[in-house]
Amino acid sequence: MRKAIAAVVLVAIAAAGAGWVLTAPKRLPEARFAGMTGDPAAGERVFTAAGCASCHHAPDAEGEDKLVLSGGQRFASEFGTFVAPNISPDPEQGIGDWGLTAFANAVMRGISPSGRHLYPAFPYTAYAHMRDADVADLWAYLLTLPASDMPSEPHEVAFPFNIRRGVGAWKLLYASDDWVMREVPDAQLERGRYLVEALAHCGECHTPRDGLGGLDSSAWLTGAPNPSGKGTIPGLTPDQLDWDASSIAYYLESGFTPDYDSAGGHMVAVVENFAKLEASDREAVAAYLKALPAGGDMD
Amino acid sequence: MHRILTAVTALSLCTAGAASAQDYAGHLKARQGQFRILAINLGTLGDMAQGKTEYDAEAAQAAADSLVAVSMIHQGPLWPEGSSEMDMDGTRAKSEIWDDWEDFAAKWGALGEAATAMQAAAGNGAEAIGPAMGGLGGACKACHDSYRAPQN
Ligand code: HEC
Ligand code: HEC
Ligand code: HEC
Repeated sequence: MRKAIAAVVLVAIAAAGAGWVLTAPKRLPEARFAGMTGDPAAGERVFTAAGCASCHHAPDAEGEDKLVLSGGQRFASEFGTFVAPNISPDPEQGIGDWGLTAFANAVMRGISPSGRHLYPAFPYTAYAHMRDADVADLWAYLLTLPASDMPSEPHEVAFPFNIRRGVGAWKLLYASDDWVMREVPDAQLERGRYLVEALAHCGECHTPRDGLGGLDSSAWLTGAPNPSGKGTIPGLTPDQLDWDASSIAYYLESGFTPDYDSAGGHMVAVVENFAKLEASDREAVAAYLKALPAGGDMD
Repeated sequence: MHRILTAVTALSLCTAGAASAQDYAGHLKARQGQFRILAINLGTLGDMAQGKTEYDAEAAQAAADSLVAVSMIHQGPLWPEGSSEMDMDGTRAKSEIWDDWEDFAAKWGALGEAATAMQAAAGNGAEAIGPAMGGLGGACKACHDSYRAPQN
């Protein structure tokens, strides 16, 4: 009997040890971004498409103030409430002293400079697909924005989700280098995929999640419950959204649906960003949505 | 006995507090209908701006005039307290409207300004409508962003 217990304990210790190793943050290779310098002008387009300001500007910012990335907006989820941190260039309260490699580790891997896992409320599983040059341009652009000395606020997340190491296990399950839409036959669809899956993270809102909060790629972009209250976020697959491609592109530019209702809620920020991009980008996103299978099963 | 009484009082308080959708059915129809009038007239203008229909100065002007007319409807009476989506079915009006009525009213005012700009532009050709559509879209979105809940 005693032997059996000892064996169980041993196995448990071994499993915990393996878990500890497996869930350790996996940083990008040090050399990958060494010596790279970005172009801030090109970074603006990446920044706009990726919607960084939508989450990181101050809660009631309007107009130009949306470029002050002082944080403070709150994101409710079933795991607790996350508060967006200050990512302005302020060296004390923001991220001005991080450097490109540390920045890339946060955006593409969800790892902070101190080696902690970041919560996936920050959509780095999408940004993991960003091109290295775009990350470098984005970093160069961010450094041109105004600094804010507003301290970041703590998240309101209870046990066990307050243990960041647990996020490492989550990443093992859900972080992937693979695209959801595996085949893209032409350049427009490739651009559309890059915008939808990597930069604009449409799936974060429009795809249902499983019990652990991971996106369900067997129901990709088929709509989801609204995380912050009543109602649902609509599905975008052709069986659910029967708009033609030019209507989708017009919606992304103006917020008007084909019957001239106007977008609301969290989609407004997405439309504001896409209105600033080139028409070809909106058309590429429309082409991607039209290429989705009915039912959204991408597995 | 005491307990039963409290339960009964609590129950009657609940029912007294909750207005039914029935009481406000007319209000809901009226306020939702005014948005439909906006959307239909925007359709006339937007389709011309996008080149989906041919530009027609008279029709464009009439549509823009209607937008201005709707924007002049005083909103107070259409939004009685207790008619949010938290209180009843059949509406997407968020309770935040009543937390910050002044801001809601200001956003309705901004719609009026955008409609007036469209009224001035609509007679000047399809190219003039596009930018005015942008202003109107901004006014619609700004209010829906804060005060309209997603569809069920
Ligand atoms: C959907 C909302 C959202 C979007 C979009 C978003 N972030 Fe964040 N971001 C967050 C949240 C929430 C955190 C906090 C994560 C944590 O503490 O674990 C965060 C954390 C960060 C951090 C780490 C800051 C620190 O002090 O540890 C950086 C850097 C960052 N974001 C940069 C960006 C950039 C760059 C973009 C655009 C490419 C972006 N974020 C887009 C919500 C968002
Ligand atoms: C932050 C969450 C969020 C993100 C990110 C997001 N959406 Fe949305 N989307 C919404 C919400 C909420 C609505 C419902 C809008 C409303 O209530 O009017 C919506 C509505 C839409 C609609 C209108 C559908 C309909 O039936 O009316 C389209 C099209 C759309 N989104 C496309 C996209 C695309 C494409 C992307 C990525 C480029 C995207 N969305 C990213 C939240 C989001
Ligand atoms: C001042 C705020 C405000 C402005 C400005 C505004 N809306 Fe709305 N809109 C709302 C609210 C709130 C609702 C939900 C009403 C309800 O369900 O009771 C709504 C509902 C709607 C509806 C659905 C009506 C229905 O049948 O249920 C449409 C369509 C609409 N709006 C279009 C527009 C358009 C187009 C514009 C711009 C020209 C616009 N709205 C401007 C607040 C606004």
